[in-house]
Parts: sequence; structure tokens; C-alpha cells
Amino acid sequence: MTDRHSELPATPMARQIIARRSLLDAAKAAPVSLKVAGSIVLLGLLLVNALIGFIVVDGQLDGEWYDFRDLGYAMERLRIELDEVNLGPWLSYWVTGLIGGLGILSFIGGFLLIGSWIERRLLARFQVRMGPNRVGPFGLLQPIADALKLMQKEVLIPMGADRLLFFLPPVLVFVPAMLAWGPIPWAPGMSYLDINVGLLFVVSITSLSVLAIWMAGWSSNNHYALLGAMRTVAMMVSYEIPISLSLIVVVLITGSLNLGEIVAWQTDHNVWLAVLLPFSLFTFFFSSTAEINRTPNDIAEAESEIVAGFHTEYSGMKAGLFLAVELGNALFVGALVATFFLGGYGLFGLEQWIPPYVILAAKASFGYFVFIWLRSTLPRFRIDQLMTFAWKYLIPLSIANVLVVAVETSIAARWEVEAIFIYGSFAVVNVILTVIAVRTWARVAGYSSSFERPEPPRVAPMIGGLKAARRIKAGA
Amino acid sequence: MDSLGVVIAFYVLSAITIVSAASIFLLRNLVHAIVLLVVVFLGMAGLFLTLSADFIAVAQILIYAGAISVLFVFAVMLTPLASRDNGNSLYAGPGLLLGGAIAAIVVVTAFDVEWNQLTGVALEQRSFTDTIEVIGNQLLGPHVLAFEVASVLLLFALLGAIVLVTDPNNEDGAAAEEEAGKDTAVGGSE
Amino acid sequence: MTVDLAHYLAVSGIIFGIGVAIALSKRNVVAVLMGIELMLNASNLAFLAFSRFSGAFQDGTEPLAGHTFVVFVLTVAAAEAAVALAMAVLIYRRRETVDLDRISVLRW
Repeated sequence: MTDRHSELPATPMARQIIARRSLLDAAKAAPVSLKVAGSIVLLGLLLVNALIGFIVVDGQLDGEWYDFRDLGYAMERLRIELDEVNLGPWLSYWVTGLIGGLGILSFIGGFLLIGSWIERRLLARFQVRMGPNRVGPFGLLQPIADALKLMQKEVLIPMGADRLLFFLPPVLVFVPAMLAWGPIPWAPGMSYLDINVGLLFVVSITSLSVLAIWMAGWSSNNHYALLGAMRTVAMMVSYEIPISLSLIVVVLITGSLNLGEIVAWQTDHNVWLAVLLPFSLFTFFFSSTAEINRTPNDIAEAESEIVAGFHTEYSGMKAGLFLAVELGNALFVGALVATFFLGGYGLFGLEQWIPPYVILAAKASFGYFVFIWLRSTLPRFRIDQLMTFAWKYLIPLSIANVLVVAVETSIAARWEVEAIFIYGSFAVVNVILTVIAVRTWARVAGYSSSFERPEPPRVAPMIGGLKAARRIKAGA
Repeated sequence: MDSLGVVIAFYVLSAITIVSAASIFLLRNLVHAIVLLVVVFLGMAGLFLTLSADFIAVAQILIYAGAISVLFVFAVMLTPLASRDNGNSLYAGPGLLLGGAIAAIVVVTAFDVEWNQLTGVALEQRSFTDTIEVIGNQLLGPHVLAFEVASVLLLFALLGAIVLVTDPNNEDGAAAEEEAGKDTAVGGSE
Repeated sequence: MTVDLAHYLAVSGIIFGIGVAIALSKRNVVAVLMGIELMLNASNLAFLAFSRFSGAFQDGTEPLAGHTFVVFVLTVAAAEAAVALAMAVLIYRRRETVDLDRISVLRW
């Protein structure tokens, strides 16, 4: 280590690299006043939580609450109380709507601050390099720096651009991304929009952003933007069909479109739908990467291919909104996968002790982590590969999936057997059928499996093996 | 429906819808007209919600604003040398007259006839629980024949649209046939 | 201040009239199809209004008949829009235009 120190020039950057500390060292070396203030604030928060939990709330709901951790019953109780107060005919809707809107915005805003950092650091780690680590301790202020940079940039409007249609898309792509968070249940009885057609609402609201993307591409007066927009629109509309088909099987099993009831079904039967419906999980996850334009399906905004696709001509905060929506959508799909297939807020009974919204946030973050993992690992699909995959592979298999699950659901409805046997055999049959169908249809559709058996090398043995270069160099 | 919220919602949504529909007639730019058509679809979805038709409203957003609008967009995109002009033809005068006459007749009749409708308390008591379950039972029960015929119709529309735009001579039909197949498939899967 | 069946029917009639005006007086095929979609939407609104304000909303022998019919209208409208726009693209390919004033005469 000392050799390296003498080799490096004494530039400020070199000194910073040498002086870089780990997080633990940085925490140990903080000034004493900061530590004291931090601990006072932390204790104060815990005290306030305990006060609310034990003094204000205790005994209010006939023993239904344990403490303030159980926010699900809080929202329901708030609605009932507001209806009783009766200041106006729709006070409860106004208040809960406001709380809902502010809640979603603050949650998404907070996630955007940290999500960008997580993504860039994780991508970097997957690629064996450091991510941003200059802008704050460990680069934690990087998203704020990015936001400030975008805010102070000049907003350029191209000369032939359609003004009205140029201003609308950032807004029109942000509103569905926020609105679609409504029906997701964070705890039993805690969802902002507890509607009976929640699943269809989510699918239809996400299909509204297709038009916003087309408008962005069209109004830019730019060939690349238009091409990117057309590709994106074609891709997103094509992949809506496998999403809808894979959600139909979820409805078939759980018998309801209400997201709260879907999660309640999984909690009651103590099984995650991922076990019963592996093909639907795969189809939904993969099609969602196409819906939100992430790798491996981000042909629309691939930097190496088409400059920036539909948001080429956008600068400043308009582009910032597009990037923010992409990030927020990734977490949203993670939350959807968690709700439909991974059991939502439930964790086999642990949701009595751990707050259910924390469980759902953890599962959604896991989904987001898988998205980042896919982005760093898989190469991009071409647009014709994408479309062929959707139309010739996913859609026929999804329809077959609906058929199989419908047959199994009708068997389950008619046979008087214990639920564990029915759903257990269901799960086994489904997994086997999925593997068989995926492999067979891949052969039929022409996807070769040459990756599994790579061809043996031919040139290397001819010249003497892979160590020949070293031998030649040592000998010569 | 008496409550103030529904009344305000109805008037606001109707105003948005009617103004957008009129603007489709008045604007010269075809692409702006398509955007306003989407606004009309969303306004109609809102009006459906005030009528307690939750499933139909969400299906309207999904099918009309999500798929048929994209179909219009593709039709504009796949006709690159055509004029994007939304001007009026020679029959504009009679057309406007006929449209105005139909609208006037329907409005006058609507307000003039004594409808045998439920009002007041009897209407409020009709709080629905689940339209989608009832619609599902109807579609697979008494109206199952129409349901099957509709699915066959969708299949034929899908095939027909693809066959229409496939040109065996050149490959330009690929994009158009995809677009044509897409929308019927989306409409059918919903 | 109530909202009755008459109000919904009036809105439906106005939008239907606007749809008729657009379908009859526009020069562009795509615009004519927009008028047709407006007409279908207006009829959907009328069906749902009648279904809501009628006596048999969710009881009786034909509960939610209006909603069921609207499902079929949505389906047929989607199919018809697809085929009509496919034909519009086909017309464009043959005649290089979608201006209805120019393609109103059959070729010899």
C-alpha cells in the first residue's frame, strides 16, 4: 500500500482517493455534537411513536390495534370517524383522497431520491466498478445534484415542434404513473382506492401512457424521436396482451378483481400465487419490462441505438420527468408483482408483528433489484425479436395458460377435497406443464438451444491449447 | 341523483366532453383532433362512472383510450404522404345541419318526455355492489350465444385486418399488419 | 339540483349529433372514422343511462342488460375500427391519398 502511495501524483483527486474512508470509519469520526443531536432526535421520534401508540390509540378500537404500527385499520377508522363527524356530505372522501395523494407523492418522491442512487451504484457493482461516490458521502447526494442540474438547464423547443403536443407528454406520462399506485393494498384495509375493478384499473391506466409517449415522439420534429416513439408504441401495445392474459388467470383463481381481495386470498390460503402460476409470473414480469421500457426491452430509448428515442428533444425538467417516471414505474411494477404473485403485504403470518407496508415495500424493492439485475446482465432485444416473441411465443402460451388454469379452477370448484391437496397438485402440475410448454414451444417457434451446449473450440487445440500463448512468449 | 358531488361531476365532465367533441370538428390539424378524441373518450369514461358503471368505464379507458386511439395514431403514421388536414368537404353544410337537427331532436325529446324512471330515495337505495359479477353471469348465462358470436367476430376482424394490409409483394405491410392485428387482439382480450 | 335521465340523454344526443356532423362533413378518412367512434360512444352513454335509471337495475330477469349490450358495442366498435383503418391504409396505398373528395369516384 505504501508503494502505491508513492507512485500516485499529489493531485487533489489522488489525495481524496487515498483519504477515502469506509462508512464505519466516517461514522466513528463524526463530531460529538452531531452524535448527540442525532441520538436526541432518534429518541424523540421513538417517544412520539410510543405516545401515539400507547396513550392516544390504546384501547380505541376494541383491541383491534396493537399500536401505531398497524396503519391498515387506521385508514378505515379514519373514514368511519369522518363519516360520523358529518361536517359535509363527502368529507371522508376529500380527506382520504388528500392523504392518499400526498402519501403517494411523498412516497414516490422519497423513492426517487434514493432509487437513482441505488440503481447507479448497483449497476456499477455488477459491472465491477464504483458508482457515483463524489457528490456526497458515498455519492448519496447524486440524485439531488442530478435534479438540480436538470432544473437549471435551458428548455429547448425544436423549431418545427408542435407546441401544445410538446408540452403535454411529460405531464401525461407522470399522471398515470402516480394514479396507478392507488389500488395497491399496503395493509389489510389500507389502500387509497379500494375499488372492485382494481386490477383492470391498473392495466387501463398504464395503457394511457402509450399515447403520451407517441405524442412526445411526434411533436419533436425529429426522425429518431418519431422512430423511437413508433417502436415504443408498437411494443407497449403488443405486450399489453400477455399482461392482461396473465392477470386473467390470477382473477380466475382468486375470484376477484379487487387487489385487496387478491392479497387476502393469498394470505388466507397461506400460499403465494407465484407457486401456483409460475408461467404467469414470468410472463407478467417480462411483459412489464416491455411496458416500462427497461432493458432487455428498452429499444425505444437505447442510448447506443437511437440517441434517446422519444425523449431526444426534451431537455431540462421535461426530460427529468421522463426519467423520474421510468424509475417510479420500475418500483410500481415491483409492487404489482409483489401484490399479485408474491403475497402482497402478507408473509405467512408475520404481518402481525412486522408492519405490512414494510413487507410490501421490501418485496417491491426486491422486484426493483431484479430489474436492475436484468438491466446489467442481459443485452437488448431488437425490435423484431421483441415483437416476434410477444406475438408468436407469449400470446399462444398465455392463452394455453388460461385454458389450463380454467380447467383446474373448475375442478377445484367441484371436488370436495382439502384445499392443500387441490392447490398442491395444482402447483405441481402447473410447474411441470410450464417447463414442458416453454421448451416445446421454443423448439416449435424456432428458438434454438445452442447456448446450452456450446460448441467445443477448434482453433485452440490446433495451436497447442490455451496456454500456448504463454509458452510461446516465455520461450521466445 | 341529488348529491352535489355527482351534479358537479356530471356538468364538468359533460362540458369537457362536448367542448372536445366540438373542437374535433373545428380544428384543422388531424393530430390535434386525435388528441381531443382521447379527451372525449376519457370524459365519457367519467360519465360512465357517474352512472355507477365501474367496469364499463375502466373497459372504455382500456379499449378506447388505450387501443383504438393507438389504432388512429398508426393510421396517421402509416399514411405519410397524405394530408394531415382535417378540413371540411363540400357536404359540410348539410352535414352540420343534419347533426344539429339530430342533436336538437334528441335534447328536446329527452326533456319533454315523462320518463318512467326512478328518482330520489328509490334511486339512492339502488346501491350496487358489483356490476362485473352480474355482467359476467349475464354474458355466460342468457347471452352466451351473442358472446360466442362476438368472439368469432373479433377473430374474423383480426384475420381480415391482417389479410387486408398484407401485401405479398413487398414487406411494407409488416408494420401495418401488426398494427391491425394488435388492436383487435387487445379489444378481444378485454 | 338533480341530474336525471333527461340530462344524460341530452348529452348523448349532443355528442351523437356532433359525431354525425363530423362523419358527414370531413374530408379525411381518419376524421370520418373519429365521427363514427363518437356516435358509438354516445349510444353507449344512452344505454348505460337507461340501465341506471330504470326499475330493474340489478334485479329481475335481465339485470344490467344495458351494461351487457355496451360490452358488445365496445367489442364491435373495436373490431370495426380496426378493419376500417386497415382499409384506410389500403386505400392510401392504391391512391396515394386519403382525401375523400379525391377517391369518391370509382376507377374505370
